[in-house]
Order: sequence, then structure tokens, then C-alpha cells
Amino acid sequence: MTMVSEVRVDSEIKDLSEERPLSQVLIKLTRKYPLGAFGGVIVVVMIVLAIFANVLTPYDPELNSFEHMLSPPDGSFWMGTDQFGRDILTRIIYGSRTALFVGFSCAIIGSAIGLVLGVGSAYFGGLIDLLFQRVMDVFMAFPLIIMALAVVSIFGPGTQNVIIAITIPFIPRCARVVRSSALAIREIPYVDAARALGFTHSRIILRHMVPNVMAPFLIMLTAFVGQAILLEASLSYLGLGVQEPTPAWGLMLQGGAEEYAESAPWVAIWPGVAISLAVFGFNLFGDALRDALDPKLRQQ
Amino acid sequence: MYKYIVKRLLLMIPTLIGAAVLVFFLLRLIPGDVCELRMAGTGLYADPAEIELCRQNLGLNNHIMVQFFNFITGFFIFDFGDSMWTGKPISFEIGLRFQLSLQVAFMATFVAIIISIPLGVVSAVKQDTWIDYVVRTFSIFGIAIPSFWLGIMIILGLLIVTQAWFGEPWMPPIEYVSPFEDFGANMAQLIWPAVATGYRYSAVATRMTRSALLEVLREDYIRTARAKGLMEKIVINRHALKNSLLPVVTVIGIEFAFLMGGLVVTEQVFNLNGLGKLFVESVLNNDYNMTQALVMIVVSVFVFTNFIVDLFYAWLDPRIRYS
Repeated sequence: MTMVSEVRVDSEIKDLSEERPLSQVLIKLTRKYPLGAFGGVIVVVMIVLAIFANVLTPYDPELNSFEHMLSPPDGSFWMGTDQFGRDILTRIIYGSRTALFVGFSCAIIGSAIGLVLGVGSAYFGGLIDLLFQRVMDVFMAFPLIIMALAVVSIFGPGTQNVIIAITIPFIPRCARVVRSSALAIREIPYVDAARALGFTHSRIILRHMVPNVMAPFLIMLTAFVGQAILLEASLSYLGLGVQEPTPAWGLMLQGGAEEYAESAPWVAIWPGVAISLAVFGFNLFGDALRDALDPKLRQQ
Repeated sequence: MYKYIVKRLLLMIPTLIGAAVLVFFLLRLIPGDVCELRMAGTGLYADPAEIELCRQNLGLNNHIMVQFFNFITGFFIFDFGDSMWTGKPISFEIGLRFQLSLQVAFMATFVAIIISIPLGVVSAVKQDTWIDYVVRTFSIFGIAIPSFWLGIMIILGLLIVTQAWFGEPWMPPIEYVSPFEDFGANMAQLIWPAVATGYRYSAVATRMTRSALLEVLREDYIRTARAKGLMEKIVINRHALKNSLLPVVTVIGIEFAFLMGGLVVTEQVFNLNGLGKLFVESVLNNDYNMTQALVMIVVSVFVFTNFIVDLFYAWLDPRIRYS
């Protein structure tokens, strides 16, 4: 019986890949989801910027240069410089590394733990499920910013702790969505069959149930990346996140953007544009993914 | 129905206790305490005996379970005690700032409603046209733009515009005035944070209005209404919109419970002395009593809103009651 479910997944993948070459599939998807394709382009551009940051810009993102303090945008500094004379464009390009690193780490860790917990809770059911749901309720009701503040106060600020602070609230959100899909899957006979064959719980959960809740899982995952980038920016802005001199968009807004807003508006404008565009891109992409993966919405 | 209500009410208790346990022990994991911080703040040499005395007075030397017991009983009789930082009663400290935060929250909700419902309707009626795409882009930007940055941009915009028009820059006033004393001055201060928070808040509601209306527009009775020759305007406003507003109201209600979190950042940008700012200060000062009280208030509002929403749904859909 294991073979049946595993083979089925394999054949589905083969069907999809044999249909049409990738370029045609992309064109078709772009027509169908123009906004999603636009979001995808933003995401790809951001990843390229992050990878080639050191090739794309001649400046050092962390080196202070006091002769160029707060100089307005011109030919050599396209977006001007900040109060330490660092090129803003350079810091934005390097900042995409921080944003993507935090965004993907939080989204992947948070949704992976949520996935296993959610499926496990649905699979075991009964008292375990009830207790687990109550714990998740607590974490859902607990205000996110408060959790983040507490984690940062306990462990101190820094990129790693920001990731912990943002990941914790993601877990129950993902677990809840995955659990409701897994509840339906538990009733399908192949799970009973697997149990009758004497497979261990972990094997049934990981190999039989998890692959079948991939659609809601992927939707949560993409939604989380955008949210994590936004949260990291907010925490860094409050001084609780990534610390100087690491280039991070939220931090760039904290380090005097308000003070110099009038005399040097470029310090305040560009990092915010970067945050907005990045989150916008991930959201558009996630929405299109949801439309494509959720058959109930596809009919509309 | 009574059985369902009782069951839902009982389920609220473990959530509240869980949140209480979580905040209580989380706070005590934070290194340092309020007494050390208070002494450090004076800049003078901190006498260990004095710190000890301060701890004694605040009850920080009691056994941790005694402290927890006091906190829980305080929560159930609505008495959280005194702020450990200022020494004044917590109800007094919260009362000072409650009006401002509540007003911003209500104004933000109002902004969200007047943006989201018309836009959501237009977007659904003109589905898949350029108008729909513009509205959807606008609302997704609402989620993407950090509200603190929007706040900075609003202030910057005000400075530039007033400089250009009146010759001198103008900033929103910093001192809070009750709307009953001076309505103009009150609005001049609070309209900006309300717009910054409300735009973000409207994004979710716009999307909800759009998808709920799209669903209703496919119902048979809409076709009937059109078939009997009603004007499209009446079909949309009377027949479709009314029936699609329930999920929208739900979303607005739930988001209202989340506003507290959003206000933390907005109040920072606009320099408002509200609950969000009080919250950040209380965590940074290790003011256990104050943080616990604020967390429990937020969690209670959240749990209670959910309870009302669930009841509402159960009342509408009998299947939920019996499952």
C-alpha cells in the first residue's frame, strides 16, 4: 500500500513535467496570473541582487566615510548617502541578503515545525489533539510583537534571535491550517491500510500524510516569507532586531531617518520602498500560488 | 445552543490561563529586574541593600508560586496592583492612555471601512478588468507597506507641503487634547496615525469584501433579481452586498483585536503616548505587573472577540453547534 501512494505522487510529477517545455508553461501562467507573475519577477530580482551584491556595487555597505555624510543623490551615489556616509543603494542591495535570509529561515523553520505538529495532532486525535489545540490557541492569542519583544529581551538583539522571535508565532498559524486539511486525509482508507500494515506513527505521518497536505503548506510558506520580512523590518526599526552595522532595511529607517527626514529625505524614502516592494512581490506571488493550488478558488 | 455556549466559555479558560503562565514565566526569564534598572537609572552608585529593600517592597523576593498566585487572583478580580516602575496603580496608568489608543483604534477602523467596502465592491463588480487589478494592487500594497514607514512618509509629506504652501513647516501637535475640549486640535494630531494604521487594516477587509461579494453574485437569487429587471445598482446594494457583509464584519472585528500590536509601532513613529508605547516601555523596564496586565487585556479582548464571532456563526449555521 505504501507503494501505491508513493507511486501516485511520482506519476503526477512526471505528468506535469512532460506536458510542455518550461518556457511555454511560464508564458501560460503569466497570462493567467499577471499580478502573480509580476510578484515573481520582483522576487527573482531580489534574489539576484542578494546573490550578486558584491559585484553590483563598488562600495562597502559597512564602511563609514565621513567626507560623504548625507550627500544627496547624484552620479556616484544614486540614492544618496546616510549619516555615516555609507551609500544607501549599496546598503539596500546588501540589505536584501538580510531580508531574504530572515524571511526564508523563519518561513521554512516555522512552517516545517507547524506542518509536523499539525499533521501529528490530526493523526493522533483525541486528547492529544485537544491539548495541542489549546496550546496553539494560547500562542495565537498572544500578541506577536509582545512575543518578539520578550524573546529579544531574554536573548538580546541580533539576527539569530530575531529569527527565533518571528518563527515562534508562525508555528501555530501553520499548524492550524495544516491540521484542518490533515483531518480530512486521516479519514481516507490508505491511512488505515498503512496502520494495518504495522507502520510506525512517524512513517505514516511523514510519508503518507505530509505529502498530501503540501498545497496549504506551500501557501502558508510563501505568505510567511513576506510577513517575516515585514516583521524583521518593524523589529529592527524599534531597535530590537538586526543590529548595526549589518545592513538591514528596517534598521536603516531607525538610524536617524526621522531626524534627517526633512534635510535628507532620501535616507527615509528608499529603504521603505525596498521593504514595500519586497513584501508586495512575495504577497502577489503567494496569492497567485494560492489561486493555482486551491481548486475551490480556481472554479471562480 | 446553551450547551455550545457553555462549552465555548469553558474553552476560553485554558487559553487565558495558558497566556498567563506564558507571560509570567517569559518575563521572569528576562535578565535583570526593575529594581536594578531603577537604581541604574539614577546614575548613582547602587547600594545592594537598597536594591534588596526595593525587591522586598515589590514582593519580588516572594516564592515564585506565591507571585504567580497573586497575579492570577488579581486577574480574576480585575486588580493588577501597582506599576513596579512608577509605583502608581496600573488602572491609573492605563486610564491615562486608554482614551488616546481607543480613539486611534476607532478612527483607524472607520478609515478602514470607508476605504475597503466601496473598493471591494467595485473590484468584485468589475472582476478581472483593469479597475479590479488597480484595486487589488492598492490593497496588497496596504499589507506590504510598513505602517511605520507610511507614518514617516506622512510626516515628511506634511512638512514639504506646508513648507511650500504656507512658507513654514507644520507638524502634528504632540500633546494629546480630548476631542471634547478641542476637536480641531485633536483631529490634527490623530488623523495621521489613524490613516497610517487604517490603510493597512483596510487591505484585509477589501480583499474579504471582494471575495465574499463574488461568491454571493453567483447565487441564483441574484440571477432572479436581474431577470425581473431590477437596476444593477439595487441588485448589488440591496441583494448582494447585504448578504456578503458577514465575513467582512468578522474580519474587521478580529483585526480590531489585533490593532494593539499595530499601534505599538505607529505610536512610536507619531510619538503618541498611548498603550502601545506604554507596552514597549514596560517590557524594557522589566515592569512585570504592567506587562502582565497589558498582555492579559489584549489576550482577553482577542479571546472574547473570537468567542462572539463563533457564537454568531453557530447561531447562523446549526451544523457547527452539533459537531
